[in-house]
Amino acid sequence: MSVGKPLPHDTAPLHVTGAARYVDDIPAPANTLHLAFGLSTVARGVLNGVDLTKVRAAPGVVAVMCADDLPFANDVSPSIHDEPLLATDRVHFVGQPVFLVVATSHLAARKAARLATFDITEETPILTVDEALAADSRFEDGPVIWSKGAAADAIARAPHRVEGTMEVGGQEHFYLEGQAALALPQDGGEMVVHSSTQHPTEIQHKVAEALGLPMHAVRVEMRRMGGGFGGKESQGNALAVACSVAARATGRPCRMRYDRDDDMVITGKRHDLRIDYRAGFDDLGRLTGVDFRHLMRCGWSQDLSLPVADRAMLHADNAYLLDHVRIESHRLKTNTCSATAFRGFGGPQGMVGIERVMDHVAHALGLDPLKVRRANYYTDMAEDATEGGPSAPPQRSLGSSPPPEDISGKKKEADLTSRGGPDELNRVVVAEASGQTTPYGMAVTDFILNAMTERLADQSDYAARRAKVADWNATQPVLKRGIALTPVKFGISFTLTHLNQAGALVHVYQDGSVQVNHGGTEMGQGLYQKVAQVAAQAFGVGMEVVKVTATDTSKVPNTSATAASSGSDLNGMAVKIACDTIRDRIAACLAELHQVAPDTVVFAGGEVTVGGDTISFARAAQLTYESRVSLSATGYYKTPGLAWDRKRGQGRPFFYFAHGAACTEVVIDTLTGEYRILRTDILHDVGESLNPALDIGQIEGGYVQGAGWLTTEELVWDDRGRLRTHAPSTYKIPACGDRPEVFNVALWDGANREETIYRSKAVGEPPFMLGISALMALSDAVAACGPGYPALDAPATPERVLAAVDRVRRG
Amino acid sequence: MNTNLTVNGRPHALDLDTRVTLLDALRDQLKLTGSKKGCDHGQCGACTVLVNGQRINACLSLAVMHDGDEITTVEGLSSDGRSPLQAAFVRHDGMQCGYCTPGQLCSATAVLDEIARGWPSHVSADLEGPVELTREELAERMSGNICRCSCYPGISKAILSVAEDGTVHREAAE
Ligand code: FES
Ligand code: FES
Repeated sequence: MSVGKPLPHDTAPLHVTGAARYVDDIPAPANTLHLAFGLSTVARGVLNGVDLTKVRAAPGVVAVMCADDLPFANDVSPSIHDEPLLATDRVHFVGQPVFLVVATSHLAARKAARLATFDITEETPILTVDEALAADSRFEDGPVIWSKGAAADAIARAPHRVEGTMEVGGQEHFYLEGQAALALPQDGGEMVVHSSTQHPTEIQHKVAEALGLPMHAVRVEMRRMGGGFGGKESQGNALAVACSVAARATGRPCRMRYDRDDDMVITGKRHDLRIDYRAGFDDLGRLTGVDFRHLMRCGWSQDLSLPVADRAMLHADNAYLLDHVRIESHRLKTNTCSATAFRGFGGPQGMVGIERVMDHVAHALGLDPLKVRRANYYTDMAEDATEGGPSAPPQRSLGSSPPPEDISGKKKEADLTSRGGPDELNRVVVAEASGQTTPYGMAVTDFILNAMTERLADQSDYAARRAKVADWNATQPVLKRGIALTPVKFGISFTLTHLNQAGALVHVYQDGSVQVNHGGTEMGQGLYQKVAQVAAQAFGVGMEVVKVTATDTSKVPNTSATAASSGSDLNGMAVKIACDTIRDRIAACLAELHQVAPDTVVFAGGEVTVGGDTISFARAAQLTYESRVSLSATGYYKTPGLAWDRKRGQGRPFFYFAHGAACTEVVIDTLTGEYRILRTDILHDVGESLNPALDIGQIEGGYVQGAGWLTTEELVWDDRGRLRTHAPSTYKIPACGDRPEVFNVALWDGANREETIYRSKAVGEPPFMLGISALMALSDAVAACGPGYPALDAPATPERVLAAVDRVRRG
Repeated sequence: MNTNLTVNGRPHALDLDTRVTLLDALRDQLKLTGSKKGCDHGQCGACTVLVNGQRINACLSLAVMHDGDEITTVEGLSSDGRSPLQAAFVRHDGMQCGYCTPGQLCSATAVLDEIARGWPSHVSADLEGPVELTREELAERMSGNICRCSCYPGISKAILSVAEDGTVHREAAE
């Protein structure tokens, strides 16, 4: 049995010796050239021209390219073709690539890129939410509004009401390995690209367009990333395309990596937003109605902002049954870097809104916030519920759908495998769901947070510690403590339904070794190891027999991004299906040789038992080969049961929900606003874990990163649109000492009721939102300082905590 | 400028531009790509190497300043990749993406040495007595090595497990 074992990462021995290669470590031919972008220094304006004389004359420079020098598409957008690789007539943010320097060394390229003189007619940039609203600068025509029941009425008639506004900051990915790409020109104009990307197919597509080639002429390979977190879903396009066009122009290999500060300035980050909320509730804190307004800053281009903002709306309920709810989402266009995917993909932003409401309601009523949360929970699923959810099956509408709108006016292919791609394909008729439903009409049939919360409250000794915290706060004048327990319910599946598919390619060689390839990418989450475990299990062989090779667009085509936590759900299933096909062929072959039924053939312990004989798996492979039976197979999987109408905000966008709960205790210094996380207890639902060691790592890491987002990680732009926090010296990423002093993580022991790979659940993103408990614990500590409500914005930096203490004291 | 470096026990005579950092010399000239470039500004620790047994950020130091120095990179921490710390990082899975791992290992190797020599840090309780590798002490000493995947629990466990063993001994096969 390999599935379910707590194995370390597959390449751990390579990592500890420095032998694990990342894109920038791949040896390149000696004549390789290096690239750097020349960046706009202005946030908004008309680009009249650039004087590149000094750039061209700089030492080591081989070529300089502007938009006009690009042979085909000048486009690196994953959605509506609104993002040129190099600026054309206008510049839209500080850091936008305007020209490309190709030089003999990285340093030469970077130095030369600074020698340009821009002729830009500056205009007043639109930077803030308020400026964007005033200018009606937005994506889509107006706000997206989804509702259930009659929120306004319910709030008006409620016995109690709260309302407020919360600013929630963005987040820099700071994948420790910056963006990088390497393009190697091939015979006949073809291109091989190594790219640090979560989405090799997208890179392949963009490079093919930029070179005027069909996709079959471009091969993209990705072995591992030094972290992705969503920041390499679309943000690597520019580097890969730049390397490819430069390689085409010069006939030489080209490589590019962003310097860290450039990376932070150029690439998109988590969407920041303002949340306005109004809620009505009864004496027990049960919400009778709630209204949210999300004002998201999407930056200058659309990128993946629409599905991100959708997912924020889809998580506005988190774990709570809301009968009367209205969510209004504005996707604002600003002259800042284009906000993009980041672990949770908008989900955290939506969830933090309702958690703030729970906190505010509890404060207004003087109740324990956990009581208020539990009073609003969905009901747990019945104990014996093991069948799939009762949501309506999808039905394709027969009406012909219009082709995707071509915004650019130029003929470009739609990015079908991008989350920013067109959703016209997903016209579905959604039947009404029954029972408890989400604000978007999906039946909630697998809820388990009542039981999980019960157990976590018990294991973390929540009630007694809450009493202790109150005693402490009653007697201590300077240090105040706070504690909070918050839940997470996160929907699993791509909301663009057609992306929920995956392919795999498995070979068994005549020596019995197994090679596995699939469409997922490895960024540290341990996907390769989980998939290898699945393959080893299928053949009943040891892990050393299985090798997962680099993700490669020529082995498995048309892959979705490794995103939405879907990696092992989708690819694990595809690999299992491929392995099962080969195993069945081997079984049938051996069964015939032994004149027994195929289903009596047993694969276990590296051996195959057939008709009383036991032979090695390698021998079985040989016999199958000699019988002229193929030992290679593809596997294909698509998630069943999805039906989502994005326009109406109705349907079943998710296959299932993953759950978790975290209890965090903090202490704040009311004189300085500084704080520490004293203890965190987590109980998280990964279904039947494929690998508990990797899962616990994801949970610990997700929590710390989520807490970082809401506490110390602050992005600051100045009034000219320049990012002032463009290095870890000014942008505080959690370090070793910032993790909780006591950190207990446990896995919930229930299986996924849906038929996922070995009944496991996705784990990449959901734990990130456990970090919300840290923010709520800080709110609890600040609330101990006086009568007022803390109304903490995020990130709750020490400055903000100090200001909130002051506010609360004044009442 | 001619510079003699001994890297992982092997002497190298290099002709270097005076502005080349030690990190670039290791990665680009000597093709030792184990040391990573996370920020190039001394802020992430991914480039940590040992110079004459003490840790430095190789991105912040010019290669020519190290004429005659003994440099140890992650590739040279052991001959077989199984130093007690390396084995402990594998056993405790002190990594996700692994990009910070070479720096963490070099840093941790030096930390254990600093502790053994009794060099206090600014969080040490007693500046005179022997230094104990407490949670605070470890957090302080490893604070220059960012792990964005936040594998700090695994990293800390790995280092503490080796510190507790006290003497250097071979880990059992994984
Ligand atoms: S690369 Fe040297 S400290 Fe970051
Ligand atoms: S393992 Fe990814 S940065 Fe540490």
